[in-house]
Parts: sequence; structure tokens; C-alpha cells
Amino acid sequence: MRAYLPSYELVVPRTLDEALALLRDGPGVWRPFAGGTDLMVLLEAGKLEHRKFFSIRHLSELRGVGESDGRVRIGALTTYTGVRRSDLLARHFPLLGLAARETGGIAIQNRGTVGGNIANASPAADTPPALLVYGAEVELVSASGARRVPYSEFHTGYKRTVMRADELIAAVHLPRPGEGARHYYRKVGTRRAQAISKVCFAALAEAVGDALGEVRIALGSVAPVVLRCPRTEAVLKGRRVDGELLRAASEELAREITPIDDLRSTARYRTRVARNLLGEFLSGLSGRGV
Amino acid sequence: MTSDKNIGRPVPRKEGRAKVTGAAAYVDDLRLPDMLYGVTVRSPAPRGRITGVTFGEGIPWDEFTVVAARDIPGANYVALILNDQPYLAETFVNHAEEPVLLLAHPDKYLLEEARRAVRIEVEPVPGVFRLEDSLARTEVVWGEDNVFKTFLVEKGNVDGVWDSAGVVVVEGEYTTGAQEQLYIETNGVIAEASAATGVVVRGSMQCPYYVHKALVKLFDLPEDKIRVIQTETGGGFGGKEEYPSLLAGHAALLAWKSGRPVKMVYDRAEDMLATTKRHPSRTRHRTAVTRDGRLVAMDIDFVVDGGAYATLSSVVLSRGTIHAAGPYHCPNVRIRSRAVATNVPPHGAFRGFGAPQSIFALERQLDRVAAAVGLEPDELRRRNFIKKGETTATGQVIREDVDLGALLDRAFELTDYHAKRERFARENAGARTKRGIGFASFMHGAGFTGSGEKYLQSIVGCEATAEGRIKVLAASTEIGQGTKTVFAQIASDALGIDYETVEVVQPDTADVPNSGPTVASRTCMIVGKLVESAALQIRETLKGAGLLGDAYTTEEFARACAAYVERHGALKTFTQYTQPEGVEWDDERYRGDAYGAYAWAVYVAEVSVDTLTYEARVEDFVAVQEVGRVIHPVLAAGQIEGGVAQGIGWALYENVVWRDGRMANGQMTNYIMPTSADLPPIRVHFFENPYEGGPGGAKGIGELPMDGPAPAILNAVEHATGLRLDHVPLTPEALMDALEPEAVGA
Amino acid sequence: MTDAPGRISVSCTVNGEALTFDAHPFARMLDVLRESLRLTGTKEGCGEGECGACSVLIDGELVNSCLVPAAQAEGARILTVEGVADDERLHAVQQAMIDCGGAQCGICTPGMVLAAVSLLERTPRPTDADIREGLAGNLCRCTGYMKIFDAVVRACER
Repeated sequence: MRAYLPSYELVVPRTLDEALALLRDGPGVWRPFAGGTDLMVLLEAGKLEHRKFFSIRHLSELRGVGESDGRVRIGALTTYTGVRRSDLLARHFPLLGLAARETGGIAIQNRGTVGGNIANASPAADTPPALLVYGAEVELVSASGARRVPYSEFHTGYKRTVMRADELIAAVHLPRPGEGARHYYRKVGTRRAQAISKVCFAALAEAVGDALGEVRIALGSVAPVVLRCPRTEAVLKGRRVDGELLRAASEELAREITPIDDLRSTARYRTRVARNLLGEFLSGLSGRGV
Repeated sequence: MTSDKNIGRPVPRKEGRAKVTGAAAYVDDLRLPDMLYGVTVRSPAPRGRITGVTFGEGIPWDEFTVVAARDIPGANYVALILNDQPYLAETFVNHAEEPVLLLAHPDKYLLEEARRAVRIEVEPVPGVFRLEDSLARTEVVWGEDNVFKTFLVEKGNVDGVWDSAGVVVVEGEYTTGAQEQLYIETNGVIAEASAATGVVVRGSMQCPYYVHKALVKLFDLPEDKIRVIQTETGGGFGGKEEYPSLLAGHAALLAWKSGRPVKMVYDRAEDMLATTKRHPSRTRHRTAVTRDGRLVAMDIDFVVDGGAYATLSSVVLSRGTIHAAGPYHCPNVRIRSRAVATNVPPHGAFRGFGAPQSIFALERQLDRVAAAVGLEPDELRRRNFIKKGETTATGQVIREDVDLGALLDRAFELTDYHAKRERFARENAGARTKRGIGFASFMHGAGFTGSGEKYLQSIVGCEATAEGRIKVLAASTEIGQGTKTVFAQIASDALGIDYETVEVVQPDTADVPNSGPTVASRTCMIVGKLVESAALQIRETLKGAGLLGDAYTTEEFARACAAYVERHGALKTFTQYTQPEGVEWDDERYRGDAYGAYAWAVYVAEVSVDTLTYEARVEDFVAVQEVGRVIHPVLAAGQIEGGVAQGIGWALYENVVWRDGRMANGQMTNYIMPTSADLPPIRVHFFENPYEGGPGGAKGIGELPMDGPAPAILNAVEHATGLRLDHVPLTPEALMDALEPEAVGA
Repeated sequence: MTDAPGRISVSCTVNGEALTFDAHPFARMLDVLRESLRLTGTKEGCGEGECGACSVLIDGELVNSCLVPAAQAEGARILTVEGVADDERLHAVQQAMIDCGGAQCGICTPGMVLAAVSLLERTPRPTDADIREGLAGNLCRCTGYMKIFDAVVRACER
């Protein structure tokens, strides 16, 4: 443990209102702390720059998975284990369960939360690509009210988001994808389990006749943010899958992503694998989806 | 004679219960009264002159104990072989993370704050960071030529054969990366020290007497003023062979100056960045073979990167050199080897000790040689396997019955090798996931090399108590491999008494004789044999005193012990190693009997290669070996499985990323060892062929399993993909670069 | 509690015993267990939630105690390796770990035992894949995991 603990604070507001009041009274002073799977790692390495946190893990308003008005609401504090155990999510949003299963080991899945994964804003996060292809909206709350932001507009740069300093992520909302849509998810990590992704690929495709309808593609670890790929999607929409389309989409994808070399992989590998996974996804559309 | 009631049976591990209940006490679990915590302040630069040290504002420095090189009471070097590594750098640093200052304080959180507040100013001097640059002497960073050690092994005359008619010459170059031992318990010690009482160190270590020797020099104290106690040790694999001598010295220096006990336990990042790793290597092969696949000559150039100080590099080089020509009969062999210096933290002992590196090269080379003469890899090896009466590269005549062909047959039968070899080759064309199967055959010598055991003169004691219990007294440590259990099996069978009656005492240099270091696959075979002898002496003493007949029960034995102790006060026996008759070794020419015995093995790996992600994965693994007699089937299989897992890690996952001489991925998140989800079934089979020099017929096995996986896996990858990949770790990125040489996209 | 920057008082149940401890709210439960409560069976292997040596069960769920701050332990029910055995009688997982050779150096063993106990509570008859997944957050450098898998299988046969 390299942090000097006396210079840190972690308080426990009793209610959501109390938590929001903390944020209102000193925007930027206090930050939320949920499952701790990212923040504790930074703390122990002596690299946690922010000093004042409040725990939200016990706030029941931010928990639970439910459905209303045809939309599914996933409370921000839903853990990966919670995602994996939800029949509702498994039925309509299978990629979330796949992503949750690929996040850390069981102990991490029991603590890490969907909201934390979003707020941490790591481009290598496993669930966000799935949220992007499902057209998620992020529900933000503050003492002055609530608002919803399309998740595709949430991340604005490396570790930067549209959240205001007085806001908290309350939930994500997902519209149900059409029946018969094809879902695809594949994480390529440093190993089979307990791994950080080198490339994470999520996609959803609807068919119109024998052509592609709406196609959504999102990737992790290939850009400063988890990336939705509208230009590649546009190449595909309304077209029939064949070798030529595959090539065109693959080339567009290579232009759309901006991976880097880092400790875990190379830009070249990430690009190549992203293209290969796009190929796997599109080739699979002629057979069964996920 | 000795019974075999316990040897060969899976008796319960001595300390098993303590380990599964959490009761086992590791060093970080101990707390002494009035104890301080200690940390090391390290060099920020890989090479340069220390120009200043600044103690930052805001820290109550008067509360801290601060130790610098000038505080050292004795010699400022870690006594080992060349004694070139300082405990604390004084004016010049030779690697990043080199220790410069030590700090101690009762509050470990404040201690970290203080460590951050110290600035070591270093005026940089260019260094070398790669083995190739060290060989090319782009800078001379050690001695006159960057070379710690060279060896030359010569058999026959390689120079005469290259141009002979009917000979095919095959060349290859093979490289291996550094590997972190990654024991799950990091290095740690607690020291107490004062001029009056001397120095007492408790800690996680493999070799208490190495630490003892180093502390004697560091403090310039008589041997009886230094006491080293091994605590329960959470894995070593070589990583706690020489390093604890440094850490123990640091803690003891802080204790000496502060007058209080000092605990130093590295966190994972410090352990990964600052402590030893497996030596990176480069091996060049030039092999002459007849068209029908008989080896004619092997010319081998083997180089290891030793890092900034000599530490054990000469010995690692020695073992790698001797194993470089493998278990094959070849009339002409030349092995030239060098250990060179670079400005990275010193590389050190790691299971296999140089042999995995040179065996990787050889077993890759032989697949290439086989292809060059149109033979299957197994057929080439069968034609050259060493047999009884033939000689190794050092001229050692093999005196035991060795049948590598039988090991190969069994390994192939267990894996259905031939059918898969043919089927995979047929099915791989156009397949998205390609399959391959490959193998390696190899040997590993047990015990110290050459005259090593003779110089060590290891001693083991045995004590019978008045309660009729037997205590085994040895400095050999239990580090997970089962020393305590195996020694108790050996002693109890030597005495013909119950296993439960024997206790193996925790190594403490005040109580146990020096049975040598716990390294080199020597504990069971060499030290175990001494345990057997010491135990037998107890029996003979009791018999000689007329207290014991030829046949007796454990209870009768206990009564005899009680009677003897009552009559004479104590019953202790000691046995010292003597070299077996007929063992000859020439240290100058590096010729002769390199090891008392070898374990022999054939390992088969089946792999898949995903052509979308370029991930190679081991799908099945079979390890067949002849290890003399198996003392404990569960522990022995556990040793093999664990070694194979580390070998798979080294082959495919464990990549040390270096940046300017510093490990850049020093976290478990980014240095990737296999999880339970990454490993194949590891199937272990033993051939037993009792070795008369070992206790109950046993040979050493600890290092053997590290040797085979990497070449077997890369041979299998070549079978799957047709690619000649000659570097480990084979990362997906490297596999992609080989499979898709054309840059696409980015 | 919410406005005190110093140490806090936390009440929880550890191995069936209700207790209260003082700690900095950000103190790792790993350190609280090991240093304040002297339950040193829980080990530190990496301090970043990667190795699982510090695994304990909190409210029945497997967690890395190095990632749990003391402030979040209020009211929690914690089980450490010291509480797994029923007095002198070892848990089936512990006995199987001894019998099958699942513990070598022993440093990952406490965490591994808890991961296995947790797995068997969720999945009494685990498949090979379940076992591999259930233990994937617990790194072992000694065994290659094979003997640990054997132990889990043996434990659920009891």
C-alpha cells in the first residue's frame, strides 16, 4: 500500500439525497466510490490523485434491473455478477452477460459495477462496447434533477465524459433490440480470464429481407474512448453481405479506429484483429448469431 | 534394510493442515514488539553517477532511520561468487532500481510518503540494455569486456566436419526473454541486530546459509553472531535463492542502526521491478548431420544476459552450457558460452537455471535438422538418443539404463501423436483454427554441477528425542515442493518407523547444519540421501548400544531412543556428503561427470492457433519422464505440473516489457501468467528406474519440467502453421507479424 | 460518520463473531483483517485485485479484500480462511486440498479455499469449465492448478 491514507477521505452518506447534496455543495470536491475495483488499485499504487470520496455502494436507488415502457433500466450499482444473474438481460441483451463474464474473475465481478465501468471511462472496459451497440442512454442525477444522455455521446476523450461535477450516474436505459437481431461479442484479452482487453468487439445487426438493416458496431481498446463506428456501420447498412462488402467495411473500420502501441499490444495487432473480428461477425450473419 | 512403508506413497504433507487453515506463518504474518518497517530508495536511472540526495519538505525526518553505504559496518558487497554487487550504491549506479538508501519508521504509510520525498540525483552515463549491444560493446559497463564468464566445452573436433561429403549443415538462431518467478509471496524479511547480540534474520528464502554467509561479511561479525531462520516460504523457483541475501542485509542494516526490529516486505511492484528474473538468452546452432539423420557435429554458441552484476550468472551459464547438447550422442561437439553484462537489474536463478534456454534452442534446432534431411522429428531423435555407454558433450559416460525411445513411445501413445500429426496437417489447410502437435526430448542433471557437491560438503543431522521422535536437521527449505514431507518419508523408512514420528525442523542456522542451498534439483536426491544416512546411523547407534534388535515396532524404537537419551543425554548423528566413487570432473576443461544423475523426459504439446486473433493455446500436454524412484506420487506430479505451467507461461504469455532498462509492466495485470482458464490438462507419467545414488532410488525433478514445454509448444506451432518461430515468449503480436507479414490497415 | 475525516468505527461480523474495529475508512479490509484483527491467514499477493490471495467472502460473495475499504464493511458478514473449518473439523475443500496436493507453497491456498467454497455453494456439482472459471481469479504459481481442480472435484464428492 503506497498511499498515505491520512491524506484521503471516504465518507458514507446515508441517502442518495445526502450524496447529491455533497456534490452540489462542493462540485468537484467529492467523487463517488462504488465497488472500488479501479479506485482501490490506484490508491494502493499511490496513484489516486483525487483525495475525497463518498461511498455509494449501499444506495438502493442505484441498484436493481427492471423494465418499464419497453426499456430496461440497469441501476448503476448493478454488479457484473448481477448482470450475469439477470434473466431479463440474458434474454434481450445477451452481450452484456458475455461482457460481464469476461470482466475480471468472480471476485471482481462481485464488486465491479456497470456504473463504475462507465464512469471510470477506460477505453479498455468490457461492457461499454455492448452498451453502445444496444443504444444505451445514461441517466444522470444531481441535486437539481435528472437527465439522460445517449451513451454514444457520453465519452468525449481519454478519461473525459459529459458528466458535470455535481452529477452521479444513476442507471443505464436500454431499448429492446428487435426480435431476430444478431448479437456478436468477442473480447481478445491478454489471457482467457482476469484479463484486460487488447480488442473488444461488440456488434448488433438487424436484417431486412436478405440485406442488412440497422447495424451497430462498437469496440474497446482501439481508441481513446470506447468507440462506436458509424462510418463502418454506414458502409454496411442496406447491403448484402459478400466478399466485396466485407473488404469495404474492413477498410472503413481500419480508418475509423485509432489504436496505439502500449504495454499490452500493438496498434497493428489491434487493427488487424478488429478487422478479423468484423469479418467473423459478418460471415456469421449467414448462420446463427449469438 | 530400509523399509518402503512410506516412500512411494502419498502420505499427508507435513504442513498441509497449517496451509489450508491459514495457520501457517509467513514472514509478513509475524510482528515483533517495537518493530519498524523498512523501505528501499532506489536509483531512478539505469546508469550514472550519483550527484546528490535530497530529503524533501514536509516529512519529520528526525523520526526516521536512514541508512546509506557509509553506515555499513563490514564489506559493502553481497558475498556470493564475484562479490561485485553492493548492498547500497555509493557513487555510481549500474541499473535502475539499484538500492541507494534505506529508510525505517513505525508508520508504514508515512514511510511511503517519505520514500516519495527522497530524490536521488543521478548524472546519466550511457548504458547497454540488450545482450547484442553488450556483446558488441557499444559501451563497456562491466570489467574490460562486459563478460562475466565464458565456458568452452569440446568433444571430438567440430572443425573437421562441415565440408565432409554426405553431410547436411543446418544453422539456426534462437532467443528467449526474461521471465519473472512470480512466487505469490513477495520477498520479505524481519531483522533484529545489535553489536551485543549480533544479527537475527527471519524471512522467506530458499538458502539460509547463503544469507548467513552474506551477513557475516556485511557486518564483519563472527559466524555465531549471525542467525538466519527461514519462515514458511510462499514459493521461490529460484527467485529466493540469492536475492534474500540482499534484502536481509538491508533490513539488518536498518535494525543495526535503529536498535529495533525491522520488517521489509516488498509489494508486488517492487518485487517485479527490482528482483531477479530468468536470464534472456541467444543461442546459435550449427549442426552437421548425415543424410540418414545421424548427428555428426554440433557447434553451439550460447549467450545469456546477466544484468548489471555477476550474481549467479556464471553458474546459470554453466548449467545452460552443459545441457545445450541435450540427451543425444554426437561425436563432435563444441559449446562456447558467455554471460554478459547489461544495465538492468541482475538476472538470477529461476527453475532450470539456464538449461531451459539452451534446451529450447536445441529442440527447435532438431526439428529443423529433421526437416533438412526429410525425417520426422521423432525419427531424427530416435537415431541419436544417447544410450548407456555413450558420452554426453562433456564426455560423461552414461552408466544408467536410459531408454528415451521408450519414453517417446509412451508419450506418443498417450497423445495419439502420429495420428494427430497426420490429421492436423491434412485438416489445417483453410481452417480458421489450426492445430499442431510437437514434442521435445531432454534431460536435466540433478545436484550441483561437476565438483560442486564436493565443495559444498553438505551436512545433515538426525536427532532422536527422549519421546522417541526423530528430528531431521537440515538447512534445506520447504518452499512448496515438499521437502519436509519427503525427508520424513526417507527418514521414517530408513528407520522402519511411522511417518508421523518424524519431524523436519524449521531451518534455523542456530540449530541445523548446512545442508547446502535449496536449488538445483538437489534437495531430494543429494540431501535426501544424507537424511537417509543420518537416520540409518541413529538406528545403528541404538543397535550398537544393545537397545534395538533387528525387528522392532515404532513403539519399541521409541523406547530405545528414550533409554539411549536417558543414558547418554542426547542422540544426534550427522552425515556429510562424500562424492561417489568414480565421479570425475575437470573444472578447467569442463569435462567429465557433470552430474551424478540425470532425469530424462519427453514432453508433447498439442496446440491450436486462432488465425483471427493469432492466439496460440495449448490444448493438451503430456509429460513423460524417468526420475529414478518416485518418493511421493502426488508431490512429484505436482512438481511436474507446476513446472509445465511455468513453462507454458514462458512460452506463450510471460513477456517482460523493457523500457530503458526498467521493467515497464511490473504489475500482475500486465505481466501475464496463466490462470486456471488458460492451461490445458497436464498429464504426467513417470517411468521408474531406481538410481542407487539417491534415497530410495530417487533422482532430482524440480527443474526438469521447466525445460520441455517451450520447445514442444513452438514445435507444435510450427506444425500448425508452418512458421519457424524461434523466440519465446511467442506473443499473439509476434505470431501475427509472422503469419501476416504484409502490413494491413494501420 | 459522514463528516469525520479521521478514523471510523466499523461494526461487522467476522467468522461468526460480532465485533467493532477502528480504522481509516479507506483502510483495506485486507490490512484490517491481518493487522487489527490478527487474522493473518488472508494473504497479500499483488494489492491490485489480480491474484486472489486475499479472497474472503463478504455477505456470502467472494471478494478481494485488498479492494474493499473499511468503510464498506459496516454491517458486513465476513468469512476468512480461519472461519472455514468447523473447529477441528476441516471443511471438505480443505481436506481435499490436503489429500489431492492442492496446496504446495500454501500462499494462494487460503484464497483458493474460499474461491472453491464459494464455487461449491453456488454450484454444488461444477463441471470442469465451472471449476476453471470459478478459480480463474486466484493465481497459483506452484501447482499448474491440476491438483486444485482434483481437490474441488474430491470435495464435492463428499
